[in-house]
Amino acid sequence: MAFEIGSGITIAAILGVVIVVAAMLIWVERRLLSLWQERLGPNRVGWFGLLQVVADMIKIFTKEDWIPPFADRFTFVLAPAIIMTVILLSFGVIPFAPNIGVIDSNLGVLFVLAMASLGAYSVMLAGLASDNKYALLGALRAAAQMISYEVFMGISLLGVVALAGSFNLREIVLSQAEGWYVIPQFIGFIIFLIAGIAESHRLPFDIPEAEQEICAGYHTEYSGMKFGMFFVGEYLGLVLISSLITVLFFGGWMGAAFLPPIVWFSIKAGGFIAFFILLRAAIPRPRYDQLMTYGWLFLLPVSLLNLLITGAIILSVQ
Amino acid sequence: MIILFYIAAAIAVISTVCVILQSNIVHALIYLITSLLSVAVIFYVLGAPFAAMLEAIVYAGAIMVLFLFVIMMLNLGQHTRDQEKSWLTSKVWIAPSIMSGILLVQLVNVLSELDHDVELTRVGVLEVSALLFGPYVLAVELASILLLAGLVSAYHLAKK
Repeated sequence: MAFEIGSGITIAAILGVVIVVAAMLIWVERRLLSLWQERLGPNRVGWFGLLQVVADMIKIFTKEDWIPPFADRFTFVLAPAIIMTVILLSFGVIPFAPNIGVIDSNLGVLFVLAMASLGAYSVMLAGLASDNKYALLGALRAAAQMISYEVFMGISLLGVVALAGSFNLREIVLSQAEGWYVIPQFIGFIIFLIAGIAESHRLPFDIPEAEQEICAGYHTEYSGMKFGMFFVGEYLGLVLISSLITVLFFGGWMGAAFLPPIVWFSIKAGGFIAFFILLRAAIPRPRYDQLMTYGWLFLLPVSLLNLLITGAIILSVQ
Repeated sequence: MIILFYIAAAIAVISTVCVILQSNIVHALIYLITSLLSVAVIFYVLGAPFAAMLEAIVYAGAIMVLFLFVIMMLNLGQHTRDQEKSWLTSKVWIAPSIMSGILLVQLVNVLSELDHDVELTRVGVLEVSALLFGPYVLAVELASILLLAGLVSAYHLAKK
C-alpha cells in the first residue's frame, strides 16, 4: 500500500488510526495508572482487558443522551462537536512520515495555534449552555486557563520557528537532520510541555473539570455520546500534543534507518503519551490561582527571555 | 478557488446579518465567530494566508473568547433576551436600512468600475513582517500603547 501526502487512502488511514489510538488510550491509561499504583486495572474483558474499550464504547453509545430542559439546545449540541472538529483538523498539518500527511502547509504552526484557540470555545460554550453553576465555574476556569496558556504555548514555539526559519512543520522536521531542537530549545520545550498539558486540560491541570471541587466542571450536564466526544476529545488532544512535541523538538520521523520513519514517530509520540499519563499518577492538582500566577509571573517572562536569547544568538551567528 | 470565495462571502454576509437579528447573545456571538472565520477564508483565497491565520488566531480565537468570557461573568439570562426583543421593533430598522442601502449602491458603483482581471499576488509571512517592523513600526508601537492603556484602565476598574 503506497501512501502519499494528501491522497484519499492516507487521509482515511490517519483519521482511522488517530481515532482508534485515542479510544485505545482510555484502556492504556487505566492499565498504566494501575501498574504505577500497584493495582490490576481493567483486565477482565478480552486479552489483557483490551476489549474493555469496546465495552465502554457500547455503553457510551447506548446510554440515554439527555439534554436538560433548561439548557440552550443549539449551543449544548454544538459544543462537543467543536472540540472533535478542531483537534481532528489540527492533525491535518502534522507530518507523520516523509510520505504520510494530509497537507504540506507553509502555515502549519499557525494553523495548529488557530485551532487550539478555537478549541477553547467548546469548553466555554458547554459550560455556558448547560446553565448549571458547576458547569459555569468549570467553563470560567477553562477559559482563563486556556487563553493564558495559549500565549506561552505560542511564544515557546517561536524559538523553534526562528531556528528552522519556517512555519512549515515538514520543513521544521527536515531542518532537524543535524540535531533535534530539544537541545538548543530546552526551555522552550519545557514551557511547551507545560502549556500543552494545560491546553488539553489533563491532570495535573484538569482544574476546569476538578471532580472534588466542581462535580465534573463544564461537562457536568452531558451524558451519552456527547460526553463521549469530550472524553475522546481529551485523548485526541493528548495524542496531538505528543505528536507536536515530537515534530517540533524531537526530530519527528527522524531516527536510525533500521526502523521505518512512521515507527520512529510512533515510538517518540507514544513515549510522550506515556509520560503524560505518568504525570497524572505522580503530581497532584494545583489550586486555580496558583496555576494562573505560575503562568503569568513565571512562564511568560521565561518564555520571552528564551525567545530574546534565541534571537540574539541567531543574529550573532549569521 | 473563486467558488470557495463566493461560498465564504455568502456565509460571511448571512452570518453577519444573523448577528444583528439574534436576540440570544450567545448565539449572536457564535454567528460573529462564524463570520470572522469566513472572512479568514476570504483572506486566504485572495492570497493573504498570513492575514487569514491572524484573523483566525487573533479575532476568532482571542478577542471573541474574551467577549464570551465577559458574557459568562455577567450571566445574562432571559431578562436581557426580552429587553433585546423589545428594542428590535420594526420601526428601528428603517433608518439603518436606508443608510446601508445607500452604502451598498455606492459600493456596487465603485466595484463595477474596477478592473476585473486583477492579478493575485500571494503575500507571505516574511513580507507582512518586514512591513510591520519596517515602515509601519510606529503604527504598531502606537497600537500596542493603546492596548497598554486599555490594560491599565481594566486593572483600575477591577481594583475598585
